[in-house]
Amino acid sequence: MVIFVARHLFQPIDPGTPRPLRFEFDGAEITARRNDTVLAAVLASRERCGVNEFDGGGRAGFCLMGSCQECTMWDEDGRRLRGCMTEAREGLRLRSRPHCGSD
Amino acid sequence: MQTDTRIAIVGAGPAGLAAARTLVEAGLRPVVLEESPLAGGQGTRRLSPLTALHRSALFGASAQSITRREDAEDAVLKQCDFRTGTLAWACHDNRLELLGPDGFDSLTYTHLVIAVGATDRLMPMPGWTLPGVFTLGGAQVALKRHASFIGQKVVFAGSSPLLYLAAAQYLRLGHRDLTVLDTTPASGKARAFPAMLRHEPHTALQGVSLIAELWRGGVTLRAGVRLDRIEGDSRVQRLRYATARGRDMTAEADAVALGHGLRAETQLAELAGATFAFDPAFRQWFPRTDDRGRAGERLWLAGDSARIGGAEAADAAGSLAAQSLLESLGRAADAHCIRRDTRRLRKQHGFQRAMTDAFRWPAKQAATLADDVLVCRCERVTAGEIRAALATPSGPIEVNRVKSITRCGMGRCQGRFCGPALGEMVASATGDPPGRLRTQAPIRPIPLVFDAGPMAPEGDDT
Repeated sequence: MVIFVARHLFQPIDPGTPRPLRFEFDGAEITARRNDTVLAAVLASRERCGVNEFDGGGRAGFCLMGSCQECTMWDEDGRRLRGCMTEAREGLRLRSRPHCGSD
Repeated sequence: MQTDTRIAIVGAGPAGLAAARTLVEAGLRPVVLEESPLAGGQGTRRLSPLTALHRSALFGASAQSITRREDAEDAVLKQCDFRTGTLAWACHDNRLELLGPDGFDSLTYTHLVIAVGATDRLMPMPGWTLPGVFTLGGAQVALKRHASFIGQKVVFAGSSPLLYLAAAQYLRLGHRDLTVLDTTPASGKARAFPAMLRHEPHTALQGVSLIAELWRGGVTLRAGVRLDRIEGDSRVQRLRYATARGRDMTAEADAVALGHGLRAETQLAELAGATFAFDPAFRQWFPRTDDRGRAGERLWLAGDSARIGGAEAADAAGSLAAQSLLESLGRAADAHCIRRDTRRLRKQHGFQRAMTDAFRWPAKQAATLADDVLVCRCERVTAGEIRAALATPSGPIEVNRVKSITRCGMGRCQGRFCGPALGEMVASATGDPPGRLRTQAPIRPIPLVFDAGPMAPEGDDT
């Protein structure tokens, strides 16, 4: 028996909503809805947004309200941000791990 | 208004907004600091424009009154110095340290109201670090802020009345593969129900109609279950549990929302000088306040961050705190409002006490966690490592010491999600109530920026 497992976690509440925004995450293109969060956009096409530094297990956010820090990402300048608290914007370039050793 | 009065309210949820409303009505203009981009709080969170299309489906008959309340809140905030995206990360010498959209700043206050709410309280279980496991509150925020379901086959598991509310919200937005696994037995709820009815008949009956709505909607409902493990290769694929009768079951799932009640966010109150008392019914430490939320000469606490009570209690507590603050400024108290809000608060607290009895925090499970279960998600500390530290012969067994030895609670979340279970593990070894993890600033991770001024020109040794 083949069990279909989707390669993403989140399901948009309205699957037909257009995704006109584009940004980069670990070098790949992510599409987003207007008023989307970065985390929702990433998890709509992936099953994680990073790995835990200690055991390499996937992390995909947990509290979704800015408290647990498990959706931490970095921008090109090494600044840390929380995917769940950041609005998706055209042209963002983000990474799941820091670029230049800051933090 | 006295020109030397500067009131700061931290948190624009129900408690902070009620405090702001009362102060604005008295002609004052408080500073309101909110970490997220919008006012509203968590349970009463404002909807993303993407979710707002479904406003009437989500809120039903309450949709209009919620819109009216939000409009009234916005009108109040227009008369405040309202700063969104602004984190208060430390407090000392009557000053808040802030990190906002324009960087670091500080704010000296004469009066401080802290109303920063609560987050989910979690009991760890095998597999709870897999992608696809979220907090129960997070599952609701997924709808309201992220306009997303957390998965295609969703299990709501734990011990909380919010299991039923969250499942109903998913159902109302069209989700059709939902399971509720409630670890608390039906008998405990039946015992607590008369007290719930006595304190808050409307809310108690709403709970009953919620369960009927889920049943009609085809949601699988199980009470009195034992949660065994969440399994999956790189993400959630199933949850194994046992029914109340001891039958082993498997729920196929790609997402789990886990919650065992709420945990007060007390860090900022501690830095502002609050002292704490252990509440045996809630099994957590709440800051000490008087009947109106006063916790110090310049300090007031309101809402879930002072004591778990829900949105209605938070509204009453915020209003009372502001009344008390006005009195300290020499303003005449509004005796009618104080009587009304005190009555509301007492009713809600009575209701919450009955609820916390019905949906009990599974404190004793901490002692039975298998050695390989991760307790600290951030630093990946296992129950076995914590047990080894508890057996260390040097010095007293104390929760802050166990934290130092194991690093459990030292990661990015700063003990918010492992802290309650860590406390119970220590308690099970000592036989005392759980100790309290001490707070250190910054209360959230912030970037370290050293501004050493302009660099000296090269070769210019001084």
